[in-house]
Amino acid sequence: MTEWLGAIDHKRVGILYMLSALLFFLAGGMEAMVMRAQLAAPNLKLVTPGVYNQMFTMHGTTMIFLVAMPVLTGFAVYLIPLMIGANETSLPRLGALSFWLQLFGGFLLYISFATGGAPNAGWFSYAPLSENTFSTGTGLDYWALALLMVTAGSIGSAINLIVTIATERAPGMTMRLVPLFVWMTLVTSVMILFALPALAASLVMLLSDRLLHAHFFDPTQGGAPLLWQHYFWIFGHPEVYIVVLPAFGMISEIIPVFSRKPIFGYPFMATSTVAIAFLSYGVWVHHMFAVALGRNFLAVFAAASMLIGVPTGMKIFGWIGTMWGGSIRFTTSMMFAVAFLLEFTIGGLSGVAFAAVPVDWQMTDTYFVVAHIHYVLFGGTVFALMSAVYYWFPKMSGRMMDESLGRWNFWLVVIGFNAAFFVQHFLGLMGMRRRVYTYPDLPGFAALNLISTLGAGILVFGILLFCSNIGMSLVFGAKAGNDPWNAWTLEWSAASPPAIQNFAEIPQVRSRRPLWDEKHPEAPDWVLAGESDA
Amino acid sequence: MIAAGPVFSPHSPQTEAIEGVFSVVLIIAVVVFAVVASGVTYCSLRFRGRDGAPEPRQRFGSRGLEILWTVVPLLVMTGLFVITVRAMVTIDAPQASGQKPDLTVRGRQWWWDARYPNGAVATGDIHIPVGRRLLVLVESTDVIHDFWAPELERKMDAVPGRPSYIWLEADAPGTYSGACSEFCGADHAWMRFRVIAEPDASYDAWLQHQMEPPPVPTGAAADGARLFRSKKCADCHGIASAVTAANPDRGPDLSHLASRELLGGGIQRNTPANLTIWLTDPQAAKPGNHMPDTPLTTNERTALLAYLESLR
Repeated sequence: MTEWLGAIDHKRVGILYMLSALLFFLAGGMEAMVMRAQLAAPNLKLVTPGVYNQMFTMHGTTMIFLVAMPVLTGFAVYLIPLMIGANETSLPRLGALSFWLQLFGGFLLYISFATGGAPNAGWFSYAPLSENTFSTGTGLDYWALALLMVTAGSIGSAINLIVTIATERAPGMTMRLVPLFVWMTLVTSVMILFALPALAASLVMLLSDRLLHAHFFDPTQGGAPLLWQHYFWIFGHPEVYIVVLPAFGMISEIIPVFSRKPIFGYPFMATSTVAIAFLSYGVWVHHMFAVALGRNFLAVFAAASMLIGVPTGMKIFGWIGTMWGGSIRFTTSMMFAVAFLLEFTIGGLSGVAFAAVPVDWQMTDTYFVVAHIHYVLFGGTVFALMSAVYYWFPKMSGRMMDESLGRWNFWLVVIGFNAAFFVQHFLGLMGMRRRVYTYPDLPGFAALNLISTLGAGILVFGILLFCSNIGMSLVFGAKAGNDPWNAWTLEWSAASPPAIQNFAEIPQVRSRRPLWDEKHPEAPDWVLAGESDA
Repeated sequence: MIAAGPVFSPHSPQTEAIEGVFSVVLIIAVVVFAVVASGVTYCSLRFRGRDGAPEPRQRFGSRGLEILWTVVPLLVMTGLFVITVRAMVTIDAPQASGQKPDLTVRGRQWWWDARYPNGAVATGDIHIPVGRRLLVLVESTDVIHDFWAPELERKMDAVPGRPSYIWLEADAPGTYSGACSEFCGADHAWMRFRVIAEPDASYDAWLQHQMEPPPVPTGAAADGARLFRSKKCADCHGIASAVTAANPDRGPDLSHLASRELLGGGIQRNTPANLTIWLTDPQAAKPGNHMPDTPLTTNERTALLAYLESLR
């Protein structure tokens, strides 16, 4: 026990991150199920509007800050040193501190339930609704303080990862040769460094308003409610990419191995990530298109929001190009990766709709947006994470996950997810607003909401199966060996699970696929790449 | 069912322009998804490999293809941008300088009302003359709300301290539903309204009627009228030509209450039984709303109800 509590080894800290994320994932999932139960039929009264508003606030806050960010950080902290041929992160104590800040920030948020009510102003907590005048009680104070702790943790781990990638790479491994997951983690970490301080600043202003009677966002005292929105979304939109880019990185590792081909167009893949990072700081106003901000101002952000679709599309085609002409092995991991391609494409395309300002004027704050974000964050990030767990679990535990349970897991998640969320596009088009605790019995609303709730129920079974597969495989799983997938990056040359010291000797790297070179001395990558038409 | 949804049944030039852009986006989305899905499906069927199969040809990329799938989306997005800006100009057409609004809609936790230049106030049901383009001032006095009647007009946030304008018109007579579309607290779900578009003659008659005082209360209703003041209802609720509320932004105007179809931002029909719930236990009528409990005897409640029912 103490060896885990005091752990500074990157593998242990990484696993702690993942376990805490799983814990909060179940909490956030329960909050979602309370919402779906309340919405199963029109005019239900299972929960009061007050409780419902706490549920969606906590669901959003939990899934973004206590699940998506920590689980992706956990994978990065675990995998980055192994992928770049290092034995440790550069700043292991900062890495451990970051985790504990993150975890206790999460606890602080959840203590609010016991102190008179959880926060209830949405995960975005728009002022002046989030001010004392309209949100009495302490829920929002807990929310702001908890997120300040989580923010500090995220910034700490981002610094640790940046320094590690910059200084700990194996000899010969230039930035042109690191695995794409490393590239995407680097870009994500830099984005955290520039985006999260905007959130921290706005949280401090909100706390000043609430606790010290300042007037940053109070219009009756000369404050500006829109200032909150600008600050929040200049953090909030890069945040979307912060929780999506690492998933892109995972997919970029997994599809090549199971297609038995190198990633298609590595330089384009890496460059498009950097392009996304830059553009993501110029699109935040698309969350505010319904505010009267002036046509020319909105047009600039519309252009940037459309532009960011281009590098994202390049990645999708790059992954298909990787599969093309391959020899594809449909493991559960690969099935989730392929499903990711389709689900995430739907989420990306509905995103283009919101870049077109007039469409946003009609569709924003409806269930169309709820469908969109879940296709991006669940169809995108969570599908990639499921794929990643099936792929890297053997490395982390030394045992294989069960493939037949994996099939059941996959199909239940795919069917449940699409049943729950695809119909929400239609609900949005039919005018159903988001963040409503109930709705009138308008034509079609009852049927589509019931389908969505039943889908969510199926999804729960899929998730529970996933959790039990992890638990059972830890005990009963077949021994994995160092390299069960016949893969190419350095983590697969370490033991499974890796020893405290990852590598007995640090390898010399000459290409992007050092283990391919080792397995194919007659045709190493640097020879093949020269012959290829790249 | 979906085709009957408001986004695809526009009833104004503004929402028709939105539908036009949406259709373009939908076509782009369907085509792109079809390309991606066929690529993925083809690869999954055609390039499935068995364990032990030899490694396929190692291809690292194709500069030509990569440039193709960068440039084509770029051109598509450029086209979409042009269409977007043109629709924005149609929907938010410029106002004449110094133009006064034809109508002011104001959102509060949790109801909407409309104020007309002649001083009339309409709560919940906003009447407009059909076929005329009105300049509407959208405002809020507490938190941020959003004014949205999807068949007629774009969403417009009502930000406190920040007047915003939209064009509102309907091309056919009818009743169009609308609702607050920015989360605004406990009763955001029941902050609905309706826009009732009618021909000039009946619109003018309605507007005239709105300004008329209620009938002089008699019998129990007369007691109710006295209680309306003594029990402090009048602190928040105004009644045209009869009661001026002290804080009109804290409770909805009740002029001609008895002629309304719906109560409480659409949460229930306007029946004596439902109105009685508001008098006995406002939290049961609409959980979370700001109306305080006012202890009333049975006689007082009957009198107040009689008064409210007389407000035709």
